[in-house]
Amino acid sequence: MGLEILRAGLQSTVQDKGRFGYAHLGISASGAADKFSLRIGNMLVGNPNQSACIEMTIIGDKYRFKSDAYIALTGSEFEAALDNKPIPFWQGWSIKKGQILDVRSTKTGARCYLCVAGGINVEGVMGAKTTHLTSGIGGCHGRILKILDELDFGTLDNSINPLQKLNESITADNKTIRVTKGIQWLWFHKKQINKFFQQQYRVTDLSNRMGLRLIGNAINTKKESEIITAGIPLGAIQIPGDGQPIISFVEHQTTGGYTIIANVISADFRKVGQLKPGDYFQFELTSFSKAEKLKVDQEKFIHSLHHD
Amino acid sequence: MQLDHKISETTQKKLFTLITHLIRNPINGVVNIHPGYSSILLTLDEMTNIGDTIRVLENIFDVVQNSEPPEEILVEVPVLYGGNYGKDIQRVVQFSKLSESEIIQRHQAGIYLVYFLGFSPGFPYLGGMDQNLTTPRKQTPRKRVPQGSVAIAGGQTGIYPFTSPGGWNLIGQTPLKIFNISNPQNGLIQMGNKVQFKSISEDEYKRLKESNGA
Repeated sequence: MGLEILRAGLQSTVQDKGRFGYAHLGISASGAADKFSLRIGNMLVGNPNQSACIEMTIIGDKYRFKSDAYIALTGSEFEAALDNKPIPFWQGWSIKKGQILDVRSTKTGARCYLCVAGGINVEGVMGAKTTHLTSGIGGCHGRILKILDELDFGTLDNSINPLQKLNESITADNKTIRVTKGIQWLWFHKKQINKFFQQQYRVTDLSNRMGLRLIGNAINTKKESEIITAGIPLGAIQIPGDGQPIISFVEHQTTGGYTIIANVISADFRKVGQLKPGDYFQFELTSFSKAEKLKVDQEKFIHSLHHD
Repeated sequence: MQLDHKISETTQKKLFTLITHLIRNPINGVVNIHPGYSSILLTLDEMTNIGDTIRVLENIFDVVQNSEPPEEILVEVPVLYGGNYGKDIQRVVQFSKLSESEIIQRHQAGIYLVYFLGFSPGFPYLGGMDQNLTTPRKQTPRKRVPQGSVAIAGGQTGIYPFTSPGGWNLIGQTPLKIFNISNPQNGLIQMGNKVQFKSISEDEYKRLKESNGA
């Protein structure tokens, strides 16, 4: 039971929900960049929440299936064909042994997910299958997928009913990323804060799973821009000395020394995971209570899919 | 949780006691603990309410206040200084105005506290370097710093757990694996340890490297 890579995309990796519990040893959680899409993909093929998938970035892979399979493509829509016929996203699909799935360029956001019933089965590292590229651990030998790599599927847990196809469109608008105040918020003058929220930021080419480097009009702190080294969470927006924000992302450093002006709210992590170099967007300030509510609403939405 | 606004061994002891407690007695919903010099960051899963977690933490604070800090362990790290193993030692000579042997002598005379591991897997933040050895980071970072390199950046010293790019000044190399990704909880150097460096010969370096399979 497995598949073979006939052509590798730009940066494809094995991903799951993340490797938790090791940040105090310097290892960030990693995991899918758009965990919302991964979760729904797993639901569409009847996998449990923690199953691993293949995450593709901007340009996808070409696969040959070595056995029958049941798959779903989720995340941003990419040009994709099964034996040269277009295959839809956001629904389960049966594959026959020998069929070829060709995922080409994205039509919209940065990433899409190939979920397979039974999950992608690689050896777990510290209890998770996620690839952490900057540390070179997990997934397929800690690296991106290459031509001729072969990946196995696990066995399907028949107790979970796959979700039928979705009735509504669930693509998110990436033009606005909502944030809450960061721990060094008061280190910035009102004028600088206004500049942060009023301008359009562009995602630069230096962005990856570790962090998204943005460019706009520089933001300055009142005094120094470095703090005593402290923990950094997923989604922290750091302002280094050059005044250009960095959004710490799934493979972020566990600690750092730059000021944190704001934090992306949990419900919008999925949007950050879909930003690609050249995209423009704006930050929007949200209260902590609103952020908490949006997170709960997103969870409720995912749970509601099972009962449609 | 911000415990202080400066770097001090007293604050580190408090943080270390608290973190040890949190690792041994996990709180429901807390998925990661990030220690810093004077703060701890906890991250929660999607389903956990921040307010509830804060209430649990307040109780833990009261318990931990009165508990003894964990036992302090001294770890000896053998280092082959200079030459091909410490290619930037001449830069330290240039900035410190000390001779190579004085630099080695001062570097191994120190007892360094492991404030925490952070940044990248197993990287120890060490405190307590002789400030006469202060040397600024290299302008252009090296593309490849070998695993086990012992280095100086500004007033800090550190050890690279894995081969990686880096801008610190390399002064030597340890043959020991300081962090093992397949057994991360039991690395040679852990938070709260004290570290002392010991100068070794090239023969000893090779012997240790072989017996450690590193």
